Amino acid sequence: MAIKNIVVIGGGPAGLEASAQLHYMGYNVFLIEKNDKLGGHLGKWDRLFPQGIQSEELLNPLIKNTAGVKTFVNTEVVNINKLEKQYNIILSNGITILARAVLFATGFDLFPASKKEEYGYGIYDKVITNADLEIFFRTKSDSRIVNPLKIGFVHCVGSRDEKTGNRQCSKVCCATAVKQACEIKEVFPNAEVICFYMDLRMFGRKYEDLYLTAQKKYGVRFIRGRVSEVGENINHQLIVKAEDTLSSKPLKVTLDLLVLMCGMNNSSEGIKTASLIGLKADEDGFFETLNPMQGSIFSHKKGVFYAGAATGPKTLPETINEGRAAAICINNYIKEEINE
Amino acid sequence: MNKFGYSLSPASVINLDNADKIKFKELIDLEPDVLKCMACGSCVSSCSAVNFTNSSLRSAILSLQNGLPEKAYEYLKGCMLCGKCTMICPRGINTRRLIISIFQTYNFKK
Repeated sequence: MAIKNIVVIGGGPAGLEASAQLHYMGYNVFLIEKNDKLGGHLGKWDRLFPQGIQSEELLNPLIKNTAGVKTFVNTEVVNINKLEKQYNIILSNGITILARAVLFATGFDLFPASKKEEYGYGIYDKVITNADLEIFFRTKSDSRIVNPLKIGFVHCVGSRDEKTGNRQCSKVCCATAVKQACEIKEVFPNAEVICFYMDLRMFGRKYEDLYLTAQKKYGVRFIRGRVSEVGENINHQLIVKAEDTLSSKPLKVTLDLLVLMCGMNNSSEGIKTASLIGLKADEDGFFETLNPMQGSIFSHKKGVFYAGAATGPKTLPETINEGRAAAICINNYIKEEINE
Repeated sequence: MNKFGYSLSPASVINLDNADKIKFKELIDLEPDVLKCMACGSCVSSCSAVNFTNSSLRSAILSLQNGLPEKAYEYLKGCMLCGKCTMICPRGINTRRLIISIFQTYNFKK
């Protein structure tokens, strides 16, 4: 009887969905998560664009469906060895698993905002990130957010930026910014909200509706121009400079809160783990896939697969679809191996 | 200073802190659709007055948002209210009525 073990690395949406599906297909699934909780970034977020669904509504069923999966939290992959047709995986909790296939659902790291020093994250008190704002929406408390009357959102922080090594668009920040702009208007109805964008990439279904709602219902102002620098005045307010490129004039405005829309980098832990079996990241930092036009599930190594943001910035529905797709690809791969 | 053949040009920086939001709010109350403009420029490219004036509704809205009504007037004074831009606006803004509302709110002379 062939070994039916499969190891899934990463307990975010992609890993959870793939694990649940593989378990349903009858495989013996091991889900490895380095943090103490399943859910990845999704576990820290409040509401999701474009419909504003609560994150728990998505996450709870994902976790519930992995009931039969052997899950290890607070666990890391220490080593992976390729045997003839199997992988030998050594975990930090001392357990060794002999697996037919390995799925990297290692996700992304948020771009570290302090790298863009000119925006003053970690220097000025009133500069926060999109992730900080999600936590504020959940907890309704953040010492930096005190009745702001003028709020700015900076798109493309650490995206489309050669100097930070990220030439690519992070894809989800535009929709997130517009969503958060609407939400913060709900919390502070008297606030004036400005989004500084380069291009508004509202590509997905219903995203354009979100944009229209932000304009019409919430009166969010969209200024086309990248923020060049942020300073602080004596009252700890922020002086923000940009160009209003639609009128070809430099522009400055005093704000009480500035939210930086940090993009996605490939997970540094994921890269480290993948390097154990010689899998490399592409020029843009995300993993190289075997044939990009045939989907992003296959790696250059037989029996190793990818799902989710490890192969590029993705929205949640895309990530979950990929988790499902990976389960099918793994199933096919193992069936073919048995027939050989 | 002009004797020496040079002069200082006025600062071109838009200072949003000084923009008059009260008038713009009045305009929004009268014509909420002004918020829907996404600056695509369809109104300008279809404008029948644009060949011989510097008419631009897009720029006029932007100028009002930036608190520069005098500039907005410059962009609208050539308008003949033909309504071609109303037919073309992808956001369905009644641009012709919007222009009339801007003239009313900001007391522009016709």
